[in-house]
Amino acid sequence: MATTSAMALVVPRKRSLLERLPIVHQVRQSVGVQRGMLVTGLVITAVFVIVAVFAPLIAPYGFAQLHGANGKDFGSQQPPSPEHIWGTTVGGYDVFSRVIWGAQTAASVIIVAIVLSIFAGVLLGLVSGYLGGWIDRVLVVVCDAIYAFPTLLLAIVMSIVISGGQSQVWGGILAAAISITVVYIPQYFRVIRAEAVRIKSEAYVESAKVVGASTGRIMFKHVFRNSTRTLPLIFTLNASEAILTLAGLGFLGFGIEPSSASEWGYDLNKAIADVTSGIWWTALYPGLAIVLVVLGITLVGESMNDLADPRLRGRRAVAATAGETADISVVPGGPNEAPGGLESLEPGAGIEEEGIEVRE
Amino acid sequence: MNATNPAQKPTAHDKHTSHRGTGDTVRIDGLSVSFSTDAGAVKAVDGVSLHVGAGEVLAIVGESGSGKTVTARTILGLLPETATSSGAVFLNTDRGEVDVVTLTNKQLRQVRGPDVAMVFQEPSTALNPVFKVGWQIAEGLRAHGKISKKDARTQAIDILRKVGIPDPETRVDYYPHQFSGGQKQRIVIAMALVLGPKLIVADEPTTALDVTVQAEILELLRRCRVEFGSSIVLITHNMGVVADLADRVAVMYNGQLVEQADVSSLFANPQNDYTKRLLAAVPRIGGGTVEAVERARVRPKGWAESEPVVKASGLRIQYPGRLGRAGFVAVDGVDFEIRPGEVLGLVGESGSGKTTIGRSIAGLTRVTGGSLKVLGHEMNGVSERSFRGSRDQLGFVFQDPASSFNPLLTIAQCVAEPFIVHGRASNAADARAAVDELLEAVQLPKSFGDRYPHELSGGQRQRASLARAIALKPPLLIADEPTSALDVSVQQRVLEVFADLQRDFGFACLFISHDLAVVDIVADRIAVMHLGRLVEEGAGEQVLEAPQDAYTRRLLASLPVPDPIEQAKRREALQELVASEG
Repeated sequence: MATTSAMALVVPRKRSLLERLPIVHQVRQSVGVQRGMLVTGLVITAVFVIVAVFAPLIAPYGFAQLHGANGKDFGSQQPPSPEHIWGTTVGGYDVFSRVIWGAQTAASVIIVAIVLSIFAGVLLGLVSGYLGGWIDRVLVVVCDAIYAFPTLLLAIVMSIVISGGQSQVWGGILAAAISITVVYIPQYFRVIRAEAVRIKSEAYVESAKVVGASTGRIMFKHVFRNSTRTLPLIFTLNASEAILTLAGLGFLGFGIEPSSASEWGYDLNKAIADVTSGIWWTALYPGLAIVLVVLGITLVGESMNDLADPRLRGRRAVAATAGETADISVVPGGPNEAPGGLESLEPGAGIEEEGIEVRE
Repeated sequence: MNATNPAQKPTAHDKHTSHRGTGDTVRIDGLSVSFSTDAGAVKAVDGVSLHVGAGEVLAIVGESGSGKTVTARTILGLLPETATSSGAVFLNTDRGEVDVVTLTNKQLRQVRGPDVAMVFQEPSTALNPVFKVGWQIAEGLRAHGKISKKDARTQAIDILRKVGIPDPETRVDYYPHQFSGGQKQRIVIAMALVLGPKLIVADEPTTALDVTVQAEILELLRRCRVEFGSSIVLITHNMGVVADLADRVAVMYNGQLVEQADVSSLFANPQNDYTKRLLAAVPRIGGGTVEAVERARVRPKGWAESEPVVKASGLRIQYPGRLGRAGFVAVDGVDFEIRPGEVLGLVGESGSGKTTIGRSIAGLTRVTGGSLKVLGHEMNGVSERSFRGSRDQLGFVFQDPASSFNPLLTIAQCVAEPFIVHGRASNAADARAAVDELLEAVQLPKSFGDRYPHELSGGQRQRASLARAIALKPPLLIADEPTSALDVSVQQRVLEVFADLQRDFGFACLFISHDLAVVDIVADRIAVMHLGRLVEEGAGEQVLEAPQDAYTRRLLASLPVPDPIEQAKRREALQELVASEG
């Protein structure tokens, strides 16, 4: 015991790499209902990702396959059976395979859309927030103008402009992704701009200015790295909205053709007529897939949002009057000296995630 | 859950009432409070027992994190949800003694106001900006019994008059922003007094105020006791305020009560080691004069004629106003010089323009008129590009130790920044040897270089900030309130380090502070600012002992000294001074 505490005196405690990873850190931090929400969301999202990655292995048929290996057609609007566990669509596709392949399409669209909008939005936000002046004003006005459009309408216009009505796999995915990007750039832009404006007046940025650091160095070394805190949150929240936008595009017929890729919104559109004639399986499964994925990603986003805010974060109750008093001295302006010397304070400085019980 | 009469409710308190008289307004027995935090359980208060007699002023003093505020908030049951407490807080109310710790929310509401009230630290946030002050005072009255609008208004006007708001009949309909900071604090006190509580808990009531306003608020609190018969629990870190107002003092350290004594014996004869050190750390006027005279003696001949590193003449700084409005003139026609190796202390209250001057020297704020020469550059109309080359000759220490370091970089990386920017090192590892030397110069262990800023205490961070400022051995340093956010004992340490560095490196310095006593310790010359103008400037002993300007005299007289007998005399002197000014 003596040796370990002596070690702790020399090296300040640091969390292991695993504990500092974004998601793992939040799971360990959360308690009660918040943990339940987060874990549910994570499980749904993980299933979604696994299905998307391994779609070729999971799906029994291809997304555009109309007949089996024996050359016989699947038949249209077949009810669920051992061959087609979720039945077939009006176009004669296997519903189960379409839903599985649809996960892949959705995942690629989300990734492309988010990557594009993060890069553009973050860069513009940083420049706009830190430099200010007329660039800032112009960019803010443009973003406000984009906000004023109904997002789906804008996405439709963009998809027409980009794809020109053609529909290859990547062409379609890119068109969908870029039209979503245009809608979401303003969100990233706003968040990063607000952070940059706040950080601009922090003492450490002024200190870098006084030292004589160049504008580029201040922007990327000091402002950028401190303004990305909230990105994972918008990222997850936007991902779920991106799925809805994609499904909406598909539903309205501006998505990807059934022969290029599978798309839940398109399948839903084709299932409209089926619903009234009692054919439930063509609409239920794609719809369920959309709802579940959006729910899962939203749960992750919302719980991370709550956990990031100390005021919303739930904590375990402490045993009555437990804990060590010396710990508090690490707050700014705390005493410079402590009983047993300064060193005895410092091991407590490293944040211990589970140290709810009394530290000896 | 029937809300019975709180007086009959607690079972624990019956056994206590027997052995103590009921004369005490509040009696705290073995109180412990713990908080649940991300870093685990933290004990803020550890077995504190206190009592406050009727009409008594008890000061709870201690540094940040000592648990003084938590102790006081427990009296009102104002702890956050993350707290758990044990022990008892007996409050003497009209309905007999109640134990606040065991009360339900509804019972707490009955106690707050008529029995115990609170005065907060920051008057501008304690008042709701969208309601008239009269309404806010009446809100307390309406919460405790039916009262007509007219009666409430009459009472509000009455109480405003009693706390010294001029023309209360009109002012009762003003909004908070129409009052000055000191007046707002008077209104907060009026809100506390209107229900005639037996006990007022004042949490750092003067910390956010300027020293001249502080003197007025202390005078008002003293009157509260005489005219309203309230007991006061005064929480403060300022020993001068304690000496001015308190009857009895309780010293807290790390959640424990280390000493309790009446005010004159505590200051004259402190028993506990910590109390002794705390009192010794309080800066006193006249403490630095000897060193300043000594420094002046050893200066070489011809120093007075040497080229000043900073020379301001007719300096005027105006902040741009909104469209159609004139800008705000922060600094108006200021002249001063700082010669090599000299420390100029710049003193003034908030809004006097002292920080603006410091920032303009560093090129952070634009000079709009007159002339400001820094290291041979004319700052009026200077471009950042042409001044950047000279930035290695200038260091800056910021006020807030919490935000002066990039939280994502280690201390070593932060301190190495000047070396990298000016091409003296290619990366942080390259500069590490120099950084280690600097950390030792500010008395921090080398290993602290590997820590992140949040792993250092405020004082340590401020010393690291000093290390960064002197990294390139600049001939000029600007220190903007470097110790204002620190506790007295930490402040003392930082000031010592500063004095050592100044002696070893010999830089010239503009030392900005609102505290005359702090400036006196480090400065060779003192300049006093008031409303954007320099009202007095001269050698330290000259300004402090024979001030010429009326404002300087008032500033000096308002500063409470940590000695109750001396302070009583100063208080009278101040009242005479104010009376003579009219």
